[in-house]
Amino acid sequence: MISNNTMGDYRTTQTLETFSFLPPLTQQEVHDQIAYMIAEGLTPAIEHEDPSKATSYYWTMWKLPFFGEKDLNAVVAELESCHRTYPDHHVRLIGYDSYTQSQGVCFVVYRGKTW
Amino acid sequence: MAKKYDAGVKEYRDVYWAADYVPLDTDLLACFKVTPQEGVPNEEAAAAVAAESSTGTWSTVWSELLTDMEFYKGRAYRIEDVPGDKDAFYAFIAYPLDLFEEGSVVNVLTSLVGNVFGFKAIKFLRLEDIRFPIAFVKTCLGPPSGIQVERDKLNKYGRPMLGCTIKPKLGLSAKNYGRAVYECLRGGLDLTKDDENVNSQPFMRWQNRFEFVAMAVEKAQAETGEVKGHYLNVTANTPEEMYERAEFAKELGQPVIMHDFLTGGFTANGGLAKWCRKNGILLHIHRAMHAVIDRNPKHGIHFRVLAKCLRLSGGDHLHTGTVVGKLEGDRASTLGYVDLLRESFVPEDRRRGIFFDQDWGSMPGVFAVASGGIHVWHMPALVNIFGDDSILQFGGGTQGHPWGNAAGAAANRVALEACVKARNEGRELEKESKDIMEGAARNSPELAVAMETWKEIKFEFETVDKLDLS
Repeated sequence: MISNNTMGDYRTTQTLETFSFLPPLTQQEVHDQIAYMIAEGLTPAIEHEDPSKATSYYWTMWKLPFFGEKDLNAVVAELESCHRTYPDHHVRLIGYDSYTQSQGVCFVVYRGKTW
Repeated sequence: MAKKYDAGVKEYRDVYWAADYVPLDTDLLACFKVTPQEGVPNEEAAAAVAAESSTGTWSTVWSELLTDMEFYKGRAYRIEDVPGDKDAFYAFIAYPLDLFEEGSVVNVLTSLVGNVFGFKAIKFLRLEDIRFPIAFVKTCLGPPSGIQVERDKLNKYGRPMLGCTIKPKLGLSAKNYGRAVYECLRGGLDLTKDDENVNSQPFMRWQNRFEFVAMAVEKAQAETGEVKGHYLNVTANTPEEMYERAEFAKELGQPVIMHDFLTGGFTANGGLAKWCRKNGILLHIHRAMHAVIDRNPKHGIHFRVLAKCLRLSGGDHLHTGTVVGKLEGDRASTLGYVDLLRESFVPEDRRRGIFFDQDWGSMPGVFAVASGGIHVWHMPALVNIFGDDSILQFGGGTQGHPWGNAAGAAANRVALEACVKARNEGRELEKESKDIMEGAARNSPELAVAMETWKEIKFEFETVDKLDLS
């Protein structure tokens, strides 16, 4: 039996879909997800957006999707470069799946400063 | 060359048994498990099933000679032993495409599982599988949206979706019901669901439920910044009432409605699916009554057939059982029909109960819904079994959390994301489940409490409907 003073209160939070209920991913954890994406044959892509507009379906693309990219470090470098250019923005990583015409992976790597 | 009319009764096998027949790509093929009455030879019983489910009747009739029966008749073309059941055998039957109206699973079922199931010379009969030729598949509407469109609309990628059925399933007022919905959604679930038997009872009329649920969905969406939905059950006693409810859901801007396709019937389902396609609304399908039809291993219709028929008739989600929860479901067999719902080509695989190659062409896939007696401890196994294109529904496993629905929802969401992340990292979910879950709980008091609450709950009973394997 749980008493009122041991019962927790759940505070509603703004979240950013997949992996946003976990603590921010470490650099190594992000690398593991990129490795998974590449191994699955997905095309890495990066998008960024101002937190105030983050609920929109479309975020701004960072360059074009990196078609044929198999080098984990190249993807990491692009992520960092996008984050440096837009430090206040959310930056998310996507793995496009051309067979299902969907995204096999999509999660926010950097959360915007004001968020 | 004209034949002569010869009145009387012929043996079925003289006309409907064709061991040398090579099925055409356009034939609709069926596999029945037949248990004949004693003394009836297998070929005769198989031929009788072919006859009674296609063009035949018990007596020769003169008007048969006015048409080309060779063109229209179904043929039993193969029989096989059933492993582990010496009284039964498998009969494979080929039906010409023109026996069926284009796009109508109703018509197919009326033939294949119609009068023949009451036929006296057969003790038991079970329809195990149907191969729908691609020529027929292309005439069916199929899922109104399908997996890919639904992911885009709900903005959910790279993981299964999370849902829950609102409990208690009967008796809540509309406003209290909406409260339960809101709590689940604000806590991190993607979707909530009306129970299958929530229609428009005296304690909660459908208009009131729809309005309060719409407010709950809207508020949770605004506060979390994530897309949310609730399956509004529009199942009703008449098609007119069903459409009236669907229209109101649309008016309220709700993304998804729901139908009980077996109690409502395939005609109602086909109509509703068409309405959903036209109006851009997702369609969740519940399978109440399925166990009456599919649980007896000797008689009835296997669920894989019902699942295929639903994909053709139209639905974006279908309940498939959980394998690990409180309801019946053999693992290999479940994986077989989960593939039949989602993939574009499924090869014959007897180890999973699949008797035919099935080509779905461009027909969209259906989300597999795992629901019934599952809780956070099942999460690693569920992610492993069902993969990303599924909806995992924790009813009691969300609302039974000691801190309430929102905390229960958050616990499930944390567990789900931890499992997906671990899978992507190459970890073995079921082997390492304890480690993965305990690691996730270190950052989530909600999950830690959930794990403590449900640590002892298991549902370990023998499956009644097992695959026939030697």
